Amino acid sequence: MTTANTAMPETVLAPEEAHWGRVRASRRIADRSLKLICTAFTVLGVFVLGWILLMLLFEGITALSPAIFTQVTPGPGTAGGGLANAIVGSILLTFLGIAIATPIGILAGTYLAEYARTSKLAALIRFINDVLLSAPSILIGLFVYTFAVAPLGSYSGWAGSIALAIIAVPVIVRTTEDMLRLVPSGLREAAAALGAPTSRVVTLVTWRAAKAGIVTGLVLATARIAGETAPLLFTAFNNNFWFNTNLMGGVSNLPVTIYQFALSPYGNWQQLAWAGAFLITITILGLSILARYVINKDNAR
Amino acid sequence: MITAIEPTQVRTPAPVPTSGPAPVAAAAKPEPVRIACRNVDFYYGDFHGLKSINLDFRDRQVTALIGPSGCGKSTLLRTFNRIYSLYPEQRATGEIILDGRNILAASTDVNELRSRVGMVFQKPTPFPMSIYDNVAFGIRLNQRIGRAEMDVRVEEALRKAALWTEVKDKLRQSGMGLSGGQQQRLCIARTIAQKPEVILLDEPTSALDPISTGKVEELIDQLKSEFTIVIVTHNMQQAARISQYTAFMYLGEVIEFGPTNQIFMTPTKKQTHDYVTGRFG
Amino acid sequence: MSAAVTEQVMHLSDTAPAARRSHAVFDRSFRVLCMLSAATVLLVLIGILGSIVYGGWPAFREFGFWGFLTGSRWNVAQEVFGAWPAVAGTLLCALIALVIGVPISLGIAIFLTQLSPKWLKGPIATAVELLAAVPSIIFGMWGLFVFAPLVSQYMQVPLNSVVEGVPIVGTILYSAVPSGTGIFTAGVILALMIIPFIASITRDMLDQIPSILRESAYGMGCTTWEVVRHVLVPQTAVALVGAVMLGLGRALGETMAVTFVVGNANRLSASLLDPGSTIASRIANEYNEAGDLQLSALMALGCILFIVTFSVLIVARLLVARIGKQ
Repeated sequence: MTTANTAMPETVLAPEEAHWGRVRASRRIADRSLKLICTAFTVLGVFVLGWILLMLLFEGITALSPAIFTQVTPGPGTAGGGLANAIVGSILLTFLGIAIATPIGILAGTYLAEYARTSKLAALIRFINDVLLSAPSILIGLFVYTFAVAPLGSYSGWAGSIALAIIAVPVIVRTTEDMLRLVPSGLREAAAALGAPTSRVVTLVTWRAAKAGIVTGLVLATARIAGETAPLLFTAFNNNFWFNTNLMGGVSNLPVTIYQFALSPYGNWQQLAWAGAFLITITILGLSILARYVINKDNAR
Repeated sequence: MITAIEPTQVRTPAPVPTSGPAPVAAAAKPEPVRIACRNVDFYYGDFHGLKSINLDFRDRQVTALIGPSGCGKSTLLRTFNRIYSLYPEQRATGEIILDGRNILAASTDVNELRSRVGMVFQKPTPFPMSIYDNVAFGIRLNQRIGRAEMDVRVEEALRKAALWTEVKDKLRQSGMGLSGGQQQRLCIARTIAQKPEVILLDEPTSALDPISTGKVEELIDQLKSEFTIVIVTHNMQQAARISQYTAFMYLGEVIEFGPTNQIFMTPTKKQTHDYVTGRFG
Repeated sequence: MSAAVTEQVMHLSDTAPAARRSHAVFDRSFRVLCMLSAATVLLVLIGILGSIVYGGWPAFREFGFWGFLTGSRWNVAQEVFGAWPAVAGTLLCALIALVIGVPISLGIAIFLTQLSPKWLKGPIATAVELLAAVPSIIFGMWGLFVFAPLVSQYMQVPLNSVVEGVPIVGTILYSAVPSGTGIFTAGVILALMIIPFIASITRDMLDQIPSILRESAYGMGCTTWEVVRHVLVPQTAVALVGAVMLGLGRALGETMAVTFVVGNANRLSASLLDPGSTIASRIANEYNEAGDLQLSALMALGCILFIVTFSVLIVARLLVARIGKQ
C-alpha cells in the first residue's frame, strides 16, 4: 500500500477533514447486525425445511414396503396392513375434485378476463376469489357437511370431492385469469376482425395461447388439494376397508388416515402414517416442481 | 495491486499529465485536479466496458461526458462513487484518486466515499418521506445535530438548489407530491446537503420538460463555484452550455478530452468531429 | 397455430345462415356458462356463511352471542358451551406465530433481495416456496414427534424449575403438564407455516422497487441497513402489513398442524406452555362425535372463525391491492 501511496498523483484534498472518518461506528454496527440477523434467519429457515424433509425421508423410506400398496389399512390392534385403499381413495377424491373444479374455474376465470374485465361485479368476484384463496379449509368442510352430508345422513366420497373442488376453484380462477390477461389483445382483435364471435375467439385463440399457464394452474390446484385434510374430516370421513363403488359411506383417504394413525398408540399405525406422509409429500413436491417446469418452459419460448 | 507498477512516472507534484491534448494549453493556469483516473478498466462479467481510461477532473469545474449510447460514459460516472459494486458481476480495476487515496482499493469505505461523491440520477428519486426529511436524510447519516442547526442546513441546501421559495410552506409534505423538475432539484438539494466534494449527474434532465431542464442547468452553473461536477449527457447543446471540459467517449475509450470550446469548435479527432456535428450517434 | 385458427375462423364466416344461428346460440350459452361459473364463487362465500350461521343458530339462541363468545366453560356432559377458551387459544397461537414468523420472514426476504450472492438466490427461493407447498399434516407430525419432545426436554422442564412460584412469570411460563404440546408449540409450528408465505410475498414486493431508488439511497452513502430501514420498508409498508395480515389469516384458520400439537385441552390455562385449543382444532376434534347442541356450538365457533378470518383477509387483500395499483 505504501508504494501505491507514494505513486499517487497529486489531487486536491478535501478542505476540511482531509482524513476520512465521517461514518460513525454505530452505523456500521447496525448494518452488520442486519446482515448477520438476516443471514441467520435464512439459514434457520433452510435448516428447518431440511430437517422436516430429511425426517420424512428417513421415517418414510424405513416404513415403505410392498404391502403398503397391496394391503388395506389395518383395524385397531391388527398387525401389518398397508395403505392401498387410502391411496386409491385419495387419488379418486383428488381426481374428482379437479374434474369438478376445472370447468368451473376455467370458465369463471374466462368470464373475469374476457367478458367483464372492468365491471364492478367482476371486481367483487375477483376480490372474493382472492379471499377464498386463503380461507380456512375447515369452514369449507362445515359448509359441505351442511348441504351434502347432513341431508343424506351419510358421509360420501362425493361430499369429499366437492369440498376439495371448492378449495381448487379459486386457484384455477386466479391462474386462468392471470394467464388470459397475458395474451396480447392484438391476437383477440385479429380473430374478432375475421368475424369470429367472442366465444370462438376465446375457445380457439386465447385459450390456446394461454394453454401452458392454465395447465400450470391445474397442476398447482392438484398439489394444493392432494394434501388437504381438514375439509375431508367430516365429508369423506375415512374407514379401514375398501369403499363402496358408489362412493357412499366413508371413503378412505391418505390425509385423514395419516392424521388418525399418527395420533394413535399403535406402532404399525404410526409406521403407516410415516409412509403415507412420505408418499403424499413426494407427490405434492413433484407436482409443484412440475408446475414450475411448465412455467419456465413456457417463458423460454 | 495491478496499478502499483504503472504510475511511478506520475510522481511529480506539478500538474498531472493527462491523456489526449492537455488542457494546460487552453488555460493559462489550470485548476488543480480533484479526481484522477489512472488506467481504469471496467468489466460487466466478461464484457470489457471501459478500456484503460486516463482522465483528470478539475476542481470546481463542470466536466461533461458525451458519446453515443453504450460508449461507457455512465459506466465511468458510476465508478466514481462505486455504485456499480451493488452488482457482484461488475468490477473496475486501475486507480481513481480522490483526496489522495485510490477509491477503487478494497479498503475504501464506500459509505464514506458516497457521502463525499454525491450522485443525481436520470429520474428524480425522492425517498418516501417529507421534503424536509429528504434533505435532512443525508445529513443525519453522518452527523448528529440539533433541531435548529438542522433547520438551517436544510434551508441552506434548498436555497442552493433554487427550491426554497417553492417548498418553504410545505416542508412537511411528501416529496413525491412535487413536480418532476422540483423532485429533481430536491434530489440535488439532498445531495448538496451532505456537503460532498464531487457531484455526479447521470443525465439529470432526461426525464424533464424544457423549462425544468433550464432551471436545473442554471443550478448546475451556480453549484460549480462550490463543487466539482461531472455530468453525463446525451444532449450536446447541454454539454456545450454548461461544461468547461468535455470528454468524448466511444466504445469504452476516451477519444478526446479538452476544454469544451475546443472539443466542440476544433476537435482534433475525426470521430469527435463527426459526433459533435451530428454525423453519428 | 395462428394459421390453423385463421382457417377455422374463415371457415366459420362462410357458413350457411342456419349454422350461423347455431353459432349465435353457442356464443350466448358460452357467455352465460362463464357468468354462472363466476357466480359460483359468490355462491360459495354465501353458502359458507349461510351454512354456519344456520348450523350455529341453536347455540347462539341458547347462550346468546355474547354469552357464547365470552363463556369460559366447554362441558360436553352438561351441554354447556362457551367459546372463549378456543377463541383465546386461536388468537394467542396466531399472535405467537406472528411474533416469531414476521421477523424471520422479513429477514429471509431481505437476505434474498439485498444480500444473497446470485448463485444462492434461486435455490433458497425455491426451497422457501416448496416449504409453502408441504401439507399441513406434515408440519403437525414434525411438531408432535420432533419439536414437542424438544420443547418438553429443553424448555418446559428447565423453565419449570426456574419460574415455579415466581409471580406473573411463573403463571405465564409454568407448565402443569410438561408434555411439549401446548399453545406455544402450536404457535411455533404456525410460524413455520406462514414464513414461506410472508417471505415470498415480501420478496416479490422488494423486487418490484425500482432499482434507481435503491441506487440513489446507496448513492447517498447509506448502508444496507439504512436503505432497508428508511427507503425500502417505508416504500412497501402498506403492502407489507397486507402480507402479514394474509399470514395472520392463514394462522387463524389453520387446522391440522395445530390439532397435532396444541394439546386439545378444553380449559383455558394462564400459561402459554400449557395445552389449550383453537377454534379449528376443536371443530376437527369433536365434530364427528358431537351431539346436537354440541354440533351447533361447533358451528357457532366456525361462525366466529369466519368473521375473524374473513375480516383479516379482506383488509389484507385491500392493502395488498392498493400497492398493486400504484
